[in-house]
Amino acid sequence: MEMTERHVMGLIELLYKMADDQLIIGHRNSEWTGLGPILEEDIAFSSMAQDKIGQSLALFELLHELGEQDPDTVAFTRNAEQFHCCQLVEAPIGEFNFSIVRQYLFDQAEALRFEMLMASVYEPLAMVSRKFRGEIKYHVMHGKTWIKQLAEGNEESHQRMQEALNEVWPLALGIFEEGDYEKEISEVNIFAGEAALKSRWMETVVPFLESCGLNIPQSDAVTGGRHGQHSPYLQPLLDEMCEVFRIDPNAEW
Amino acid sequence: MKINSLDPRIERAQLDSESQQGMNTPMDQFQTYEVFEQKKRGTHHIHVGSVHAPNAELAAVFAKEQYSRRGQCVNIWVAPTTSIYATAYEDADIFETTPSKYHRDPESYKVMDRIQAYKQKQNA
Repeated sequence: MEMTERHVMGLIELLYKMADDQLIIGHRNSEWTGLGPILEEDIAFSSMAQDKIGQSLALFELLHELGEQDPDTVAFTRNAEQFHCCQLVEAPIGEFNFSIVRQYLFDQAEALRFEMLMASVYEPLAMVSRKFRGEIKYHVMHGKTWIKQLAEGNEESHQRMQEALNEVWPLALGIFEEGDYEKEISEVNIFAGEAALKSRWMETVVPFLESCGLNIPQSDAVTGGRHGQHSPYLQPLLDEMCEVFRIDPNAEW
Repeated sequence: MKINSLDPRIERAQLDSESQQGMNTPMDQFQTYEVFEQKKRGTHHIHVGSVHAPNAELAAVFAKEQYSRRGQCVNIWVAPTTSIYATAYEDADIFETTPSKYHRDPESYKVMDRIQAYKQKQNA
């Protein structure tokens, strides 16, 4: 099928939401630097946060090739309502139980999304997906190992994992909020779409969480993020993230 | 009773001999695992350090970020520090060879050192 303007708009929408998710979760998770539960985890969590920023940069570069502004401008000069991230990634780090459950549920979705995109007809995106495969595989391994350890630890750790899951679950479902071009991007095999991703994700995370003795909450998705409606947590995060950039937007770095 | 020390840090801390401060009590920390990294398939795993972890799986997860974040690595082993048995430094003399036993040294294979050195350089 011929690529039309609507297909390209669908591709741009997809890239923006992916890049924004990675940038915001990367910034959020970097807040654990110096505060991690033990030194080893502090280093691991901070390092993964840096990986996310790197992944967002690669996606912003693809957007730039498609005619969007350069990565720094896109990352540092937009307001909250111009961001396409899901509300999951905006939420404050909370306590470690919240952050680790969010990390696993988000990265498992990313791992599956990138796996699907390895077959994308848009070759630059397929290449980026292959490039980050190992990094994201490690992130998933990290999240799963922690969740299993804590869910099967003692009564308190189990309870705190369940509490975190109850809190994160509706936000995580918001990852799969559909965009305006789902049909377009799937009919030309750019990406099979959010509904397909969600069903793969459910097939993966539900058996794992249940094997850890956790109950899957029955709650509705928190949506809006993909269409620029964000929680009150995003703008303060952006203000902080962009503080240095805004001192002199034309500075050469 | 106050410790009389010339170390200003101890004086400042006002430690007394009964104080447990700074002492490791059991369960104060996770146990440690020794980390061995393999740079290339077929080569030896080499000891690179240790990590604290509640179990071997998490030790491997931590070891990946602590030790192989930069540079090449294909495999990691972790083993509980307590499972390492070591010789005592007081017994270091067991490694000494008496001069009269040079006949046991494979001196004629000196070229092997150069081959090994060359191989290591290629792998580095």
